Amino acid sequence: MSGPGLVSAARTPNASQGAESRMTRALREASIAGALAGVLGFFFLALRTDIVTGGLEVTTRWGLWFTAIAIVFAGRLALNLFWFGHSYGAGKTAGRKITRLLPSSKIVGRVALAFALILPFFFMVLFPNRDRQYIDLSILIMTYIMLGWGLNIVVGLAGLLDLGYVAFYAVGAYSFGLSAQYLGFGFWTALPMAGLLAATWGLILGFPVLRLRGDYLAIVTLAFGEMIRVVLINWKSFTGGPDGVSGIPKPTFFGLEIGRGSGSFGDVFGLPYEPIHRFVYLYYIILALALLTNFVTMRLRRLPIGRAWEALREDEIACRSLGINTRNTKLSAFSTGAMFAGFAGSFFATRQGFISPESFTFLESAIILAIVVLGGLGSQIGIVIASVVMIGGIELLRNLDFLKQIFGPSFEPAEYRMLIFGLAMVVIMVWKPRGLVSTREPSATLKEKKLIGADQIAQGEGH
Amino acid sequence: MTTQTQSLYRWKDDPVLTVEHLSMRFGGLLAINDLSFEVGRGDITALIGPNGAGKTTVFNCVTGFYKPTEGRIVARHGKGAQTEAVDHATRTGKRWHKSGEGAVFLLERMPDHEISQKAKVARTFQNIRLFGGMTVLENLLVAQHNTLMVASGYTVGGILGLPSFKKAEKAAIKKAVYWLEHVGLVDRADDAAGDLPYGDQRRLEIARAMCLDPQVLCLDEPAAGLNPRESADLNMFLRYIRDTHGTSILLIEHDMGVVMEISDHVVVLDYGVKISDGDAAAVKNDPKVIAAYLGVDDEAEIDVPEVRQDLSGAKGVPHE
Repeated sequence: MSGPGLVSAARTPNASQGAESRMTRALREASIAGALAGVLGFFFLALRTDIVTGGLEVTTRWGLWFTAIAIVFAGRLALNLFWFGHSYGAGKTAGRKITRLLPSSKIVGRVALAFALILPFFFMVLFPNRDRQYIDLSILIMTYIMLGWGLNIVVGLAGLLDLGYVAFYAVGAYSFGLSAQYLGFGFWTALPMAGLLAATWGLILGFPVLRLRGDYLAIVTLAFGEMIRVVLINWKSFTGGPDGVSGIPKPTFFGLEIGRGSGSFGDVFGLPYEPIHRFVYLYYIILALALLTNFVTMRLRRLPIGRAWEALREDEIACRSLGINTRNTKLSAFSTGAMFAGFAGSFFATRQGFISPESFTFLESAIILAIVVLGGLGSQIGIVIASVVMIGGIELLRNLDFLKQIFGPSFEPAEYRMLIFGLAMVVIMVWKPRGLVSTREPSATLKEKKLIGADQIAQGEGH
Repeated sequence: MTTQTQSLYRWKDDPVLTVEHLSMRFGGLLAINDLSFEVGRGDITALIGPNGAGKTTVFNCVTGFYKPTEGRIVARHGKGAQTEAVDHATRTGKRWHKSGEGAVFLLERMPDHEISQKAKVARTFQNIRLFGGMTVLENLLVAQHNTLMVASGYTVGGILGLPSFKKAEKAAIKKAVYWLEHVGLVDRADDAAGDLPYGDQRRLEIARAMCLDPQVLCLDEPAAGLNPRESADLNMFLRYIRDTHGTSILLIEHDMGVVMEISDHVVVLDYGVKISDGDAAAVKNDPKVIAAYLGVDDEAEIDVPEVRQDLSGAKGVPHE
């Protein structure tokens, strides 16, 4: 019976020792990080050379150098003490901890939805001068959320790494742009057609890549994405080539134009026309489209097809042994994802009024994929957060004038925004290697819903 | 002796699965050479042999993961050998033939997913292949994919939330729970399959295969890594599957305790060739089998009484 006593007695000194060693270790690692920052930053920060007549002039900036070292030291110390400490040896309990957070994640989703619904009015009331800019930014973010949700079906659920997703976005945009130009289609007629066409292209491009696995799949999808863009550039007689398609009509509200003049939306509803109406209307269209994407994805996840997608991500061979036609399952994931990109594409065309192949470069695919990976593969709410952080973050970094006060008036924050942004991404991926929301919610439960930890979830092909 | 011949006739007379002149070549390696055997309906058939004998290759050919170089593999629903139907299907180049008395499937012509879906031949894997990131329940629901797919109207009805799909899903969950109860995992239904201990994962994989309602269940080393108690439980469970559901079982196993105890019929492979075929007692005393397992030259007679005793005791057989 002395067992437990002995154990606890033996444990106490160990625990304090552990705490002590953690403190010293944190200090040691912080010193190393600080020293590294000092060495690395010496020539960049401490010394500054300017070209003056007759040679170079060296100015020293010791203050800046020491500040940088201090920031690195303090940051590393804080990380060691408060952040890494929790994740050391958390292992199995992490999943259970998150289980308790489950209802709150649902609440987060609802609050986000409610906020998204009132967002234009929120900006109009609180920032009357900059509301147009903010609503426009919200439209952009919402477009990326929709694209992220669409790509999430392919990459997050089915586990097929698709680096050419922007091709379907382009197909959607051009199918509206060209049908408006040649056939005089309006947005609402072109929208379903754009989705359908993109889905068809998803099938066509998906078919040859089905046999490929891993890196090969990723590279071939990348090539297909580029092919579509190159065709758009070179098929000048039809697509207008690098000049693009312009004069794409704005969406109407049940046949009423949002604009000035008789028979317009404002005229019929007795509202004086303001340019902001158009932005608000566009915002609600993309919100509705994004919510449709979310709704369908959530539904599909609970259906056999969605479950088969996830099973495919987990183990393709096991799927085949269970009578799942992996070819059709992959194709359905590919074309469903492509369809939503097509919708988003035709929205993009109507918002811009002008499209050209330049908008559909590999960088777009990369950004959408980064949103999905950063948000956490397969997580819907994670993608929302990642889109806001990424797209909003890039925009936010455009006007960080306060940094001028730190680094001097010649410092132009806009030039560094991609650098800062890249750093932020590295930090997030180091901190959360499987994305912001890496747990998986089961699609069916018997008694109690438990979230599944990232360590069990396979990532599928090409990761 | 009479009982032996009778049982010998049984798997010849009413085979649920026949492998005929099967050869599988990988480049210069002939992994299986002209192998023929039958799996009797309602039997537990064991496929044994030293490591590298080609047992898993046979499994992969039967379940469509490999396309055999030569040979015919026939699965049958319904009584008897149905020779005419088999010949008809073979001649006409069809993948299967359904008739009044049953159906025959030429597995070597069918893709893997059709073999489990249509011919009802399910399998498990030597290295467990569960969907680790999905719950135990979800694993069993994925196994019922084709039934649910039809019920969901190929997704359209499911998106609209038709009641017929909800009913089908309830039935699927009920079936899953039935099998979970029999493998003792119903309390872990909502846990990730990857979180289960090894023995549970083995049983879950069998339960998942059973959710396909198979006619033939192919188990690749189901007892590997199990302790004696779990092994005994597994034997009981396999017998239960056979007796209650009429599923014929074909298993690869190294654990001679399991093999000798539950098998009605044992087929022994060595270097891709069948060296013995019969009931457990007959195989156990076959000098060729003893030679293969102990590495004695084929021509030499086994004259070591201890070795014979060991083998008949079915314990001391070295199995790497």
